[in-house]
Amino acid sequence: MFEKTLAELAQGLASGEFSSVELTRSYLDRIKAEDGALNSFITVTETQALAQAEAADQRRAAGDAHAFTGLPIAHKDIFCTQGVRTSCGSRMLDNFISPYNATVIDNFNTAGAVSLGKTNMDEFAMGSSNESSFYGPARNPWNNDCVPGGSSGGSAAAVAGRLAPAATGTDTGGSIRQPAALCGITGLKPTYGRVSRYGMIAYASSLDQGGPMARTAEDNAMMLNVMAGFDPKDSTSIDKAVPDYTLTLNNSLKGLKIGLPKEFFSGEIDPQITAQVQSAIREFEALGATVKEISLPNTHLAIPAYYIIAPAEASSNLSRFDGVRYGHRCEDPANLEDMYKRSRGEGFGEEVKRRIMVGTYALSEGFYDAYYKKALQIRRLIQQDYVNALAEVDIIMGPTTPHPAFKLGEKSSDPIAMYMEDIFTISLNLAGMPGMSIPCGFTNGLPVGLQLIGNYFAEERLLNAAHQFQQATDWHKQTPAS
Amino acid sequence: MSLDRTDVEKIAHLARLDIAEQDIQEYAENLTDILDLVDQMQAVDTTDIKPMAHPMDAIQRLRIDEVTEGNQRDQLQTVAPAVEAGLFQVPKVIE
Repeated sequence: MFEKTLAELAQGLASGEFSSVELTRSYLDRIKAEDGALNSFITVTETQALAQAEAADQRRAAGDAHAFTGLPIAHKDIFCTQGVRTSCGSRMLDNFISPYNATVIDNFNTAGAVSLGKTNMDEFAMGSSNESSFYGPARNPWNNDCVPGGSSGGSAAAVAGRLAPAATGTDTGGSIRQPAALCGITGLKPTYGRVSRYGMIAYASSLDQGGPMARTAEDNAMMLNVMAGFDPKDSTSIDKAVPDYTLTLNNSLKGLKIGLPKEFFSGEIDPQITAQVQSAIREFEALGATVKEISLPNTHLAIPAYYIIAPAEASSNLSRFDGVRYGHRCEDPANLEDMYKRSRGEGFGEEVKRRIMVGTYALSEGFYDAYYKKALQIRRLIQQDYVNALAEVDIIMGPTTPHPAFKLGEKSSDPIAMYMEDIFTISLNLAGMPGMSIPCGFTNGLPVGLQLIGNYFAEERLLNAAHQFQQATDWHKQTPAS
Repeated sequence: MSLDRTDVEKIAHLARLDIAEQDIQEYAENLTDILDLVDQMQAVDTTDIKPMAHPMDAIQRLRIDEVTEGNQRDQLQTVAPAVEAGLFQVPKVIE
């Protein structure tokens, strides 16, 4: 049962092979048995999950089932969930029982999905290893000494470890694609504005985007069908019709033009990753695609621009955590300033404090033009690189990450080394275009991710290409030994 | 760009963050490293390039000014650290 995809589980529910209650109970039992080693969940919502499953079975019996009704999934603990602790991986929100639902959660509830619980993550989504979580790191199911990636590390570990058939994630600089690559699953960062950010705790508002993480492209399509759409409660949500992403999965790739940016195949990359990615691209050629070299000349500026823009927005977003209305408040504050400083000093972990300080500095008097404005100008150069390239080709491909999963503790004392792991994912958030990571091989027993990048609102094309690749290969079917 | 102890203390105050005395040196080093990393941007000529704040260059959407949600004060205050008579309690700010 745990090897079945969402699509296969949906068939099993529809045919009456098993009920949602049976399915949900199996997953809850498996989480209990296996998550001690992985630490992929922060909160397991057993009672609510079984109640949702029972309601889903009744809805099906009444002939009112949606394609997603009764399917159990997990949610990154960044999505506010009414009546459930929503911690964002932080001590600051360890006591926060959300009084409302994120739109993404509402959408899954409306479809009749079952939520197994909330997954582990880097604190406030700031990290690439899941090691900044207040609840301890999640671990990589392929090797428990390695990180699952981050920030959606718990979601990736839960799906790869077969503790949930699928999970939601969010991606600000690679936080869906990088953990998907490191854990050998399929993840999609949609176009900025495609999925509502309402109730998704903000890190860097102009970059954050929620998306699906699952084993297959088909499952990603099923999830995106539920997640995507205009939301009047999110002022950056785009009012554009949502297609049924499952309908175009079987289109032919004949004539698909693939661009390979030379900047993604040079520099410090694990040679095994380059080899696996090149072999995946040959597979796409066999499926009828053509390949040409392209250039994204400003790639090297993406990390510098990101590490001004994201901390600047974070320093503003996280100013709301002041110990007044929700979240951690220090004991016996001497006065208001003492309350702010100690509540924030105690509530936030090291990496979060570091980024708040970088952002505060960049936005402080006299530095705005040199840092923030400069970074926004570089951001446009990076976007233009992608716009120019995607005028020539349909999809850009390359490695998702320069290295496979690294050991816990290996990079945690060197922030810059950690930042460099996002070199191939971060520029896409600055540009706002959609991207995916799909499994395409292994290096030393650890998964390798192939990144697919498309133009604005080209999610259908990415999912179609990924699905066709997965029909011809079985990398996505590999299971870690447990 | 190199930050020292005084810079870190000033930034931490602006951000209203309490930083432990023994951590200040490490923050100074980390922040200096990060600023060195982002300084690569300064080598690029960006004269006449329009700053990009939003991928779609979207503008703020407006709506009709009408009440769409009822008062949820009690529900929203269930997560507050200290509340009295519907008000958030904080340390005394006016003598």
